[in-house]
Amino acid sequence: MELIRPGTKIPFTSYRKIAVILSTIVNLAVLMMLFIKGPNLGVDFAGGTMVQLKFQQKVSIPDIRQALDKVNLGGSTIQDFGDAGANEFLIRLDKTSVELGALGAQIKKALAGEFGGDKFEVRRIESVGPKIGEDLRWRGTVSVIAATIMMGVYIWIRFGAAFGARFGLHFGLGAVIALIHDVLMTVGALLLADYEFDLTVIAALLTIIGFSVNDTVVICDRIRENLRKIKRETLESIVNTSINETLSRTILTTSTALMVLFALYLLGGAVIRPFAFSLLVGFVSGVYSTIFIASPVILLWDKGTRKR
Amino acid sequence: MHRSVLTRLIIFLVASVAALIYLTPTLVKDPAKSLPSWWSSFLPSDRIHLGLDLQGGSHLVLEVKVDKAIENNVERARGELTNLLRERGISGVSVERQGTQIQLKAPAANVERVRGVLKGDFPNLAVVNTQPSDGTTDFFLTLSKEELKSLRDYAVDQSLETIRNRIDQFGVSEPIIQRQGQSDILIQLPGIQDPERAKEIIGKTALLEFKLVDDNANVEDAVKNGPPPGRQVLYGQGGKGEGGLGAEKVAYVLEARTLMTGEYITDARVRPSQQLEGPYVELILNSTGARLFEQVTAANVKRRMAIVLDNKVYSAPVIQERIGGGRASITGSFDIKEARDLSIILRAGALPAPVEIVEERTVGPSLGQDSINQGIISFIVGGALVVVFMIAYYKGAGLLANVAIIFNILYMMAVLAGFQAVLTLPGIAGIVLTIGMAVDANVLINERIREELRGGRALRSAIEAGYQNALPAILDSNVTTFLSGMILFQFGTGPIKGFAVTLCIGILTTVITAVYLTRIYYDYRLGARNLERISI
Repeated sequence: MELIRPGTKIPFTSYRKIAVILSTIVNLAVLMMLFIKGPNLGVDFAGGTMVQLKFQQKVSIPDIRQALDKVNLGGSTIQDFGDAGANEFLIRLDKTSVELGALGAQIKKALAGEFGGDKFEVRRIESVGPKIGEDLRWRGTVSVIAATIMMGVYIWIRFGAAFGARFGLHFGLGAVIALIHDVLMTVGALLLADYEFDLTVIAALLTIIGFSVNDTVVICDRIRENLRKIKRETLESIVNTSINETLSRTILTTSTALMVLFALYLLGGAVIRPFAFSLLVGFVSGVYSTIFIASPVILLWDKGTRKR
Repeated sequence: MHRSVLTRLIIFLVASVAALIYLTPTLVKDPAKSLPSWWSSFLPSDRIHLGLDLQGGSHLVLEVKVDKAIENNVERARGELTNLLRERGISGVSVERQGTQIQLKAPAANVERVRGVLKGDFPNLAVVNTQPSDGTTDFFLTLSKEELKSLRDYAVDQSLETIRNRIDQFGVSEPIIQRQGQSDILIQLPGIQDPERAKEIIGKTALLEFKLVDDNANVEDAVKNGPPPGRQVLYGQGGKGEGGLGAEKVAYVLEARTLMTGEYITDARVRPSQQLEGPYVELILNSTGARLFEQVTAANVKRRMAIVLDNKVYSAPVIQERIGGGRASITGSFDIKEARDLSIILRAGALPAPVEIVEERTVGPSLGQDSINQGIISFIVGGALVVVFMIAYYKGAGLLANVAIIFNILYMMAVLAGFQAVLTLPGIAGIVLTIGMAVDANVLINERIREELRGGRALRSAIEAGYQNALPAILDSNVTTFLSGMILFQFGTGPIKGFAVTLCIGILTTVITAVYLTRIYYDYRLGARNLERISI
């Protein structure tokens, strides 16, 4: 079976202006959303407490709120969690158990009074102090930035050694810009879907960075090879040929990764869903950015004529 | 068969058998029973460890409030300093504590003598600043750097020991208790059923004090306007005889001076109820404690002695007579469970400084089991999709890639078991993701072989060129993912670390299986007879 016929020549590089403009607009929009609306931070980063409850019978959010009101926790955020009909809820409090004493016990007592002690179950409690939350926020941001830069440096050194520092630098910069794009796209999707930002999102972003740069590496590798083989064409044409030659691999690899991610997203449970969601968005964005962002960045310096 | 093929085949067979051996304890139901007894004596018998998010349990981070311990020590030093100055007849000196600092005001005439005392008798105090002001000189003293460091270390280490004792007595299997960073203690309690109760036991400072009740003081007045000098107001819990369960807190006016603390306790036991009172906790004191207790009770017969734990009055019985024999008891309105918990913390002793829970992650056992099930289902479905897709797309070569995936998973799990890595929910996601990403290497190779064949190369050289030309890209792309996995490992905690671990292990096993294992097959086919076509 073949998805992409050999000899396919899609003029990807000629769409680069539109692609770059479009992506810049979208990325700026994400940045604006990030600053205006702000990310919906989970307890990992914001500090506070999250309690996951599962009821045996059908319960409504107002019922729970009423029960929690008796221990002065009625002002908490309460939301549905998990699959429809699972009767699972998340309760989110700004305070940690330190400040509120035995929080779990209080919630249990309040709910037991309303619904009966054996009718519900506290499935998960996550409580993070403000200091730790701040620390994790800082370290998470740093690790995403560090990973992005590290990928750029790796590619710079890797291709620089084989092909001259200048090309290495261009490849590296192309990769970094593509990665920033992927991270922003994923963040944007998380903002739109209203998922919480927590530790697993950082894990997803780092994985996206590692995976997305794969495509860039493979295409850059091919560009390098073709630059040796084909002497008479412009750099743009060589870049285009390289993208086309590796296109089938790019699509196949991403497809298999997306298959397992869909399985995780649909079947892996509510705890892992934001993680799978981030990866789905990031991997798709990774393919796009490699083809339309990373490769054109390499061309920025050469403007179509090749001088070597 | 070509020799190099045979050698490689043997290496992979040995590796696979070893992997299976490492996995056996995980795969059998109850390794202690179903594995023969000789197994554990020279073969690995550890199962893959499940993270708290999969088996259920509590992850706690406690911060030891070291400053409190420092304050206590500074206060003690202040007391000693005051006494010594008085003994030496150095008058007119005031010694005050402000936080972790001592401010000493000495009249000009005595400055040199004060300096002498500080230098000679208090090597643990450092003078940070001196300020002469009209007629007196102010000394600002803190504990010396070495003293502070050893105090910090002691407070954290001692807390850790005490907490370990408490947890051991509480009965948790395979707890993890370790120091984290400067003043934090990490505690993991797998499979714990009642995390709230465990937290109660772990988090209590458990400073037990015996203090006299001032029966002459006006309690209401002391509550409203603050206690008279040398007195303090503490509250009891409102026990049965004192206004009903959980009712109004009962206030006591106590003499601030502590007669005795819990440091002399050698044992604490729950005793069944006498009459209609609940169970009580009996304390057994060591000989020093017994002597002290006898003296204290003898001197205060007919007075009420409050038993204070962490500034809460448990009971305040009247001392009927001198109590010898080194036994004391704490009564109160607790049930048998509370009495047991109290005895645990009294036996394990007090923490040198208060602790605060700064992070808690608790997962109930049912959620953990659900996560395992959902992880396995997505693993099977995701894996099946990839396997079917690979066969549909590459036929024979796809099947070969699938064989590589199976060995890949086998090796991954074996490495997890062998290195005692912890498998978490994100870790399972990492394994599932590895299946999806592992075929990338085979895709790269197969696409390359197809390309070379289209370019008109002979089969043998096409395969060789395919592997050779694909290898740089495969290595590069795996190195980059591995690098981000390493960063993630540095950053992450618990479950996230589990993901980083499976991701990184998966990358190593992927390169081995997808590149080197599949190559054996082609080399075998090429060496066996004159191969004309392969299914790709």
